[in-house]
Amino acid sequence: MCKDCGCGLPGENPVGISAHHHDHDHDHDHGHKHGHDHHHDHDHDHPHSHTHSHRDATGQHRVLEVRQAILEKNDRLAERNRGFFHARGLLVLNVLSSPGSGKTTFIRETVRRLGERLKTGVIAGDLATDNDAQRLRESGAPVVQITTGTVCHLEAEMVARALKELDLKGLDLLIIENVGNLVCPASYDLGEDLRVVLLSVTEGEDKPLKYPPLFQSAGVVVVSKMDLATACDYKRDTALANLRRLAPNAPLFELSAKTGKGMDAWCEFLIQQHQLLKTRDPLGA
Amino acid sequence: MQSALDQVLEKARQAGASRVHAIRLRIGALSGVVPDALQFAFEALADGTPAQGAQLLIEDVPARFWCAACSREFAATRMFAECPDCHRPSAELRAGREMELTSLEVD
Repeated sequence: MCKDCGCGLPGENPVGISAHHHDHDHDHDHGHKHGHDHHHDHDHDHPHSHTHSHRDATGQHRVLEVRQAILEKNDRLAERNRGFFHARGLLVLNVLSSPGSGKTTFIRETVRRLGERLKTGVIAGDLATDNDAQRLRESGAPVVQITTGTVCHLEAEMVARALKELDLKGLDLLIIENVGNLVCPASYDLGEDLRVVLLSVTEGEDKPLKYPPLFQSAGVVVVSKMDLATACDYKRDTALANLRRLAPNAPLFELSAKTGKGMDAWCEFLIQQHQLLKTRDPLGA
Repeated sequence: MQSALDQVLEKARQAGASRVHAIRLRIGALSGVVPDALQFAFEALADGTPAQGAQLLIEDVPARFWCAACSREFAATRMFAECPDCHRPSAELRAGREMELTSLEVD
């Protein structure tokens, strides 16, 4: 279950229905203030988080100082993935968008167009079915499907597990298709080099404003389904202004995976990023 | 929330505590966490654990950005990172993505 939306609750009732109630059989007053006037002496270096304990002002409860990031475990595993990818000279993309923005078609066409220039593997995340993986396999790329069950996002650990099933030998690029969701995936680093956020022209120009954290975390923004722009009265200026407000420095691509328009510039960008990765890596990958 | 609860229970266990009374968290405005949803998820997950019935005390951390042009830090209004002086957007987030377990009250 993810920390944000309450998704993935065990059992039949995911979010929304809570039939249980709580009996509070302990009696203590939560209205009290704590005097945090204790003193810690730290003359040693400690990279790890640690717990201090002291009594609260009433002396009833012990206060344990923790100061630990909640997603520390995911962040640690993501860094491990990142090291693993870099050691192999692999450029890794984490592709995020709402359901139905065209991630799968976009990835399939990217792989097909890159062809021999960048050998690409794909990890596809969905709650259920391997339909996306099957569609992606049409591109000829090795594909591993992660089915998350009730979890609405991918986590670093799931990616690490999927990597065991993917033959990375000879691959230059790994594209991770995240679960279609604009909320929770924003918080989970997978160890990618670039976070690619898709906005399709059919979704409305104000979508970025409705989901700021995800768009703010974008490394690259892709406006997809440009072939439908006229049909759905897409207001380009408004959409781009909104995207720029949230992701001012992210390179932006407007394209249609269906007609291929704009795909060349996107593929060139990936080839360039892969080159940069190689020159930046002191190990030479 | 499961990861937060796992950390809570582990820390409580390490400290030999039988019961968790309160959990203090720092949650950034841009963390993507909705406090109400967090509360709901916590109640559902903590059921039957030593943290059942514990109070969630959430400290909100506002989003702060850095404007390189003006060399100043500013608070984002309605999540938009526009420098109030030069009105340029900033992509340099200084605070606001925090999700931190600060402390626990146990016995």
